[in-house]
Amino acid sequence: MPGLTGKDATLSAYADKLEQLDAPKGRSLTQDALRRLSKNKAAMVSIFVLAAIILIAFVGPYFVPWGVGEVDWTSIRKPPDFEKGHFLGTDQNGRDLLARLLQGTQMSLTVAAVATIVSVFIGVVYGAVAGYFGGRVDAVMMRFVDIMYALPYILFVIILVVIFGRSPILLFIGIGALEWLTMARIVRGQTLSLKEREFIEAARAGGAKPFTIIMRHIVPNLTGPVVIYATLTIPEIILTESFLSYIGLGVQEPLTSLGTLISNGGPVAEVMPWLLIFPAIVLVTMLLCLTYIGDGLRDALDPKDR
Amino acid sequence: MSDTVLDVKGLSVTFELHDREVRAVTDMNFSLKAGETLAVVGESGSGKSQAFLSIMGLLARNGRATGSAKLAGTELVGMNPRDLDEIRGRDIAMIFQDPMTSLNPYMRISEQMVEVLERHKRMKPAEALERARTMLETVRLPDAKRVIRAYPHELSGGQRQRVMIAMALLCEPKVLIADEPTTALDVTVQAQMLKLFEELTDTFDTALVMITHDLGVVAGLADQMMVMYAGRAVEKGNVDELFYSPRHPYTLGLLHSTPRVENKRGRLDPVAGLPPNLTHLPPGCAFNPRCAFKTDQCVKERPALIPRTDGRVTACFHDDAVKEKEKVA
Amino acid sequence: MINYVLRRILAALPIAFIAITLCFIVMRAAPGGPFDRERPLPPAVMQNVLAHYNLDKPLWEQYWIYVSGVLQGDFGPSMTSYDFSVSQLLAIGLPFTLMLGMIAFVLATAVGIIAGIIAAVKQNQWPDYILVFAVMIGVIIPNFLMAALLQLGIGVHLGWLPAGGWPGFSIPHLIMPVLVLSWPHAARISRLMRGSMIEVLGTNYIRTAKSKGIGERLILARHAVKPALIPVVSYLGPGLSYLLTGSLVVEQVFGLPGIGRYFINAALNRDYGLVLGTTIFYVILILILNLLVDIVYAWIDPKVRYR
Repeated sequence: MPGLTGKDATLSAYADKLEQLDAPKGRSLTQDALRRLSKNKAAMVSIFVLAAIILIAFVGPYFVPWGVGEVDWTSIRKPPDFEKGHFLGTDQNGRDLLARLLQGTQMSLTVAAVATIVSVFIGVVYGAVAGYFGGRVDAVMMRFVDIMYALPYILFVIILVVIFGRSPILLFIGIGALEWLTMARIVRGQTLSLKEREFIEAARAGGAKPFTIIMRHIVPNLTGPVVIYATLTIPEIILTESFLSYIGLGVQEPLTSLGTLISNGGPVAEVMPWLLIFPAIVLVTMLLCLTYIGDGLRDALDPKDR
Repeated sequence: MSDTVLDVKGLSVTFELHDREVRAVTDMNFSLKAGETLAVVGESGSGKSQAFLSIMGLLARNGRATGSAKLAGTELVGMNPRDLDEIRGRDIAMIFQDPMTSLNPYMRISEQMVEVLERHKRMKPAEALERARTMLETVRLPDAKRVIRAYPHELSGGQRQRVMIAMALLCEPKVLIADEPTTALDVTVQAQMLKLFEELTDTFDTALVMITHDLGVVAGLADQMMVMYAGRAVEKGNVDELFYSPRHPYTLGLLHSTPRVENKRGRLDPVAGLPPNLTHLPPGCAFNPRCAFKTDQCVKERPALIPRTDGRVTACFHDDAVKEKEKVA
Repeated sequence: MINYVLRRILAALPIAFIAITLCFIVMRAAPGGPFDRERPLPPAVMQNVLAHYNLDKPLWEQYWIYVSGVLQGDFGPSMTSYDFSVSQLLAIGLPFTLMLGMIAFVLATAVGIIAGIIAAVKQNQWPDYILVFAVMIGVIIPNFLMAALLQLGIGVHLGWLPAGGWPGFSIPHLIMPVLVLSWPHAARISRLMRGSMIEVLGTNYIRTAKSKGIGERLILARHAVKPALIPVVSYLGPGLSYLLTGSLVVEQVFGLPGIGRYFINAALNRDYGLVLGTTIFYVILILILNLLVDIVYAWIDPKVRYR
């Protein structure tokens, strides 16, 4: 969802700075930012907590007594019960909440990671093409980006989901396919300034094809912006995914995600509060950590606001 | 004519940084009479701007001023902002270094000027507008009628600085502080601007403080001159005396780094070394690392500002040697 | 100024047109028609149904029918509610959604701006810290979760406010939905406003204003607020589209009679007609509101006006 973390503003300011610098200095600008970030306590704690959540989500299932789809007929709709190994309780069908929560967290993280990769990929290619060819191609391509910015993007995700069905893979791609606008802008700016530099001239004079030049000379210079972009995009995608899952258009049973779990827990929270509370805690903790990391990055990039 | 309008005694400015305090200005003293011009000269970071910002109550949040600065008998240091607002803009006004950013880009010139008169002179809008227009003509803006309706971005740098000057003079203040008013302007515009200052201080009998790092600005304009280094005045006196016979090595250095017809050696000598870091001042005289006259005494103790025979004050142990050297040169 | 507004309108038209075209293409490119069932309809019935929805005509003609319909305020037929057109369904739900959206938008924008100004002026004092906390909650708790938690806490457990439903206009029934919708919006606006206000208060022209002695209140009201509003105004457009999509889920959770319910049901039932019709309607609405934002922008910033 646009504007969630002030991503566009942060990244645009960053991109402006990058454009004014030569490529090697741009790299050190990123290094400076990362060094400042490492001194930010809230951000470092958040990185640690987030890493722990990721680790537990992917390794945890091997240590949990109950499987994801396993039904315990003796405890249905039960609050946390340590003797039976239902550490977070069970749902209406007697499935272990902890097992499902781990799987749901995994799913949310995977959607976020894949969608981010898709969006970075589209953004880099689109921006590099627009920036490299410049002129009218650039004008038309960037006009399209401006148009997309003005449109309510979640509605387009919903259209995609409606039309192509509700498989998780489509969800990955659909979300990623609509989140690349800012990335494209940054890459375009970088490409515009890079392509005037000697080593690109040299490569062009040596007969290299545009695609080769873009991939070999321009893309490697974009590591910094990509890392930052990804950090700021992931929480937006997690939110989008959980929003879609909540209204029933996202991840479908028997698979689950944090949004799906909250959606199922909401209506029954009066009698089985644990079904709402635990997934909510995980989701909010993740978003909180990502927000602190994002804020830390923003401050690190723009230290004047102290 | 001989009334003292601004009397500063023991003025110090400190800034609270997160782990320590920095003194930007230490123990500044001077007094200024109506119609007089004082030039305050020094490198950037010498505290010259901060001293006057503190008098105007414009220090950054972490800054604090102590000592005394009396404007026609009223103590300004430590005055609460609400009372200060009665005085700022009416009896004392300031012009800033960068005319490009010192005017509000979102307001017409007329709005920015009229509000001063409405505030301090209780004028009606129409009357205030007329007065603002007259003042723009007084500062030699040829196209005052157009300028007054313009937004700042429609004006050139020189025009904007003239607007700033006109705005500062609206209430005919007793004291006008100009902080490097010509630095951001073209050389030709600079000269016009200095001439304007000279005329205006005569017309309005305003005492002028001209803060600058450029001695060329000082020569024709000022009566007194104060040279600042690392937050302290190192030499102060009549402009002509200081120009023709500097007694502090730093004043000497500044003079030699300014183009002058009578500079017989025909080349410029910038002051060697870097301006001091206020958080790590050397022991003794702050200038000693860059000083050609340095002795052990300069490292051990700090020279006091001592009155000399010709009415100036100088803070140097070796003022006689400096005087001799300048004669030889 | 009039020139500027005309140019903005001219720039918005192709966007609307492209959005309509995109929607049409996507709708027709979808695999499987809306009437593909597990048990196929008899060919004769199918033929009738297709004719009813103009699906038997050539593609360009379908496009033309659709576009001219939209221009006349007809957003096409619904594919599942056979008796209603999209426009009729919109007409039922729209007044409520617009009312809810506008109340939340105006309230949140006003609260956000004022809170941002206060926090900037009282930087690093307690009002600032309270705001930082409120903003954090608004930004990290997703609206559907906030809605569920408030419903459970205030509606069910404490019983202070009705947990949902809409018995006809009733302020108590509006409080929680408006709160959920406006909180994140107000949070973001206040954060933007605080940041830009702090930046503006540090500029040279504010120092000039201080040196003129016009007093803090005039400095804030006349010199600082207007420039500080610029980033906020440019966020209003995206912020509004975010708020409107948020109202989908809020209406669903609190059982309110807006467009949201139809839209979500349509999406779940794969009712292309309704989903696309609603989307196009939203796009046009957002473009119009963005146009208003542009005009406000020009009013604030003289440099834009003359460009």
